Amino acid sequence: MSATDRRQFLIRTAQMAGVAACAGVVWSPLVRSQAQAAAHALRPPGALPEEDFMALCLKCGQCVRACPFKTLKLATVADVAPVGTPYFIARNIPCEMCVDVPCVPVCPSGALDRDLTDITKARMGLAVIDREICLSLRGLRCEVCYRVCPVRGKAITLNITHNQDTNRHARFEPVINSEYCTGCGICEKACPTEESSIRVLRHSFVQGKLGEHYSPSLGDDFKTQDVRHGTDIAKELNPGDKKQAAPGVGYFNQPGGREGIIPGGGQP
Amino acid sequence: MTEKQEEGMVSSRKREPVRHFQMPDTLVGKLRVWRFLIARRVVQVGTLILFIGTFCWGWKLFNQPVLTGNMSSSRLLDVIPLSDPFAVLQVIASLHWPHMDALIGAAIVLVIYLLLGGRVFCAWTCPVNMVTDLANWLREKWGVRSLFVVPSKTRYWALLLALVLSFILGVAAFEWISPIAIMHRELIYGIGLGFIAVLGIFIFDLLIMARGWCGHLCPLGAFWSITGRAAQVRVAFDDASCTRCGDCVKECPEPSVLSFKEISQYGMVRSGECTNCGKCIVVCPESSLSFNLRACICKSSSQSAHGSTS
Repeated sequence: MSATDRRQFLIRTAQMAGVAACAGVVWSPLVRSQAQAAAHALRPPGALPEEDFMALCLKCGQCVRACPFKTLKLATVADVAPVGTPYFIARNIPCEMCVDVPCVPVCPSGALDRDLTDITKARMGLAVIDREICLSLRGLRCEVCYRVCPVRGKAITLNITHNQDTNRHARFEPVINSEYCTGCGICEKACPTEESSIRVLRHSFVQGKLGEHYSPSLGDDFKTQDVRHGTDIAKELNPGDKKQAAPGVGYFNQPGGREGIIPGGGQP
Repeated sequence: MTEKQEEGMVSSRKREPVRHFQMPDTLVGKLRVWRFLIARRVVQVGTLILFIGTFCWGWKLFNQPVLTGNMSSSRLLDVIPLSDPFAVLQVIASLHWPHMDALIGAAIVLVIYLLLGGRVFCAWTCPVNMVTDLANWLREKWGVRSLFVVPSKTRYWALLLALVLSFILGVAAFEWISPIAIMHRELIYGIGLGFIAVLGIFIFDLLIMARGWCGHLCPLGAFWSITGRAAQVRVAFDDASCTRCGDCVKECPEPSVLSFKEISQYGMVRSGECTNCGKCIVVCPESSLSFNLRACICKSSSQSAHGSTS
């Protein structure tokens, strides 16, 4: 190989690499715009966290075929979900929570986690209530969401309070418990208001998160139950470590001390 | 040209008056010419119909769904997993480890195409092939000339880019924009806006670049070209009967696959980019080309080499 040949070869390689780089500049935003398009669509049960799901899903639609209620759909371009991935719109057809979870084991890539065999352990999303529109909160005896909920009496409970508007009736307020809500969306489908006043959204759109540094510091008698996991927040954050308890909230730690501060003890 | 050289050429090659391919007048003759084309369309459409039938009309065989999923990943008779090895490779490049089913499925498909010829996928299974063949047919009919041409090796860069971008972006980069996957998916699960991508390829191949997508750019084609180098079914070449009329070269959809120098040396088409479409075979007026197994071709060519030396 002569010097000119070598130079030509290097130039040629650099040219191709340049073209490839330019193509990559066009290509990657295209992928990003697809893969991140409207990430609020609900996924089938057992779906891995969105980032892993997007990477693993082969967009083959075998879960869609396995779904006996035609709940699941494959998204096309400009749909509410990223192109080719399975999703469902609860207000159209919610997940009926089949006990045998037929959509999960057919997934060839593992984007749907096969360890999910108990459908009540699925976490497709979390229901939230528009407290301004909800008929029950307006004092009507609706509670349809409570009655249709497949995790009956657990995922949605009724909080009976005094109706201060009429000052004589009770108000049956539906309360969602994230510990049990699977995000199936049957409540969203059943809600009688014109636009559903209970909706299932992804956890990331709804749930807050305590900072890592946050310590309830309320002492052992104040067992804060983290409703999400049913675990003791204080223990989770400071396993076996009490010395991080912050000073200045000592009156909470006195036995019976909180009774005077929060009427009814603050516990539901 | 000296007499000696002339003699040498005559002995190595027939110098009969060169005949060219002519489309037969009879229907039977035409069907004979179209036999691989018809077979390819039957396989392409048949595969699609098996998928569509299983999804839309619940087709069953031995009480099992016939073919579920789509070309990215599927299951035959609810038992045998099949996956697109290139898609699985991209998933792995994105540093995610797929479930065993997808890995086994990819291995099965890879072995099948290693036996049949890598780019057999392109000419015999891929639905986009029908689109680009139509574009090419119209292009030739209307005499549309390419606006520009890129080297046919560009696809290998696209392949490399797909893997690099999968690594950088953390998702299978080509799968997210693949017109092949979009077309197949939407034919089965319902047509949506994604079909614009297929239309785009049609327009690109028709008006902008001859055989632009399948012959130059498609990274999936590049993947199968690489695996096609070990393909077992190949187009065999009989040098003795060939008159070098060049009809096969004109017909071949793949640039740089047919070179007389190479095929006369090895007795077959060696390039992994050959799609085994059979277009060259049917137009050869001397029947010098035929499908054969690589093992048989190598055996016969080594025998003939022996014969000529002894």
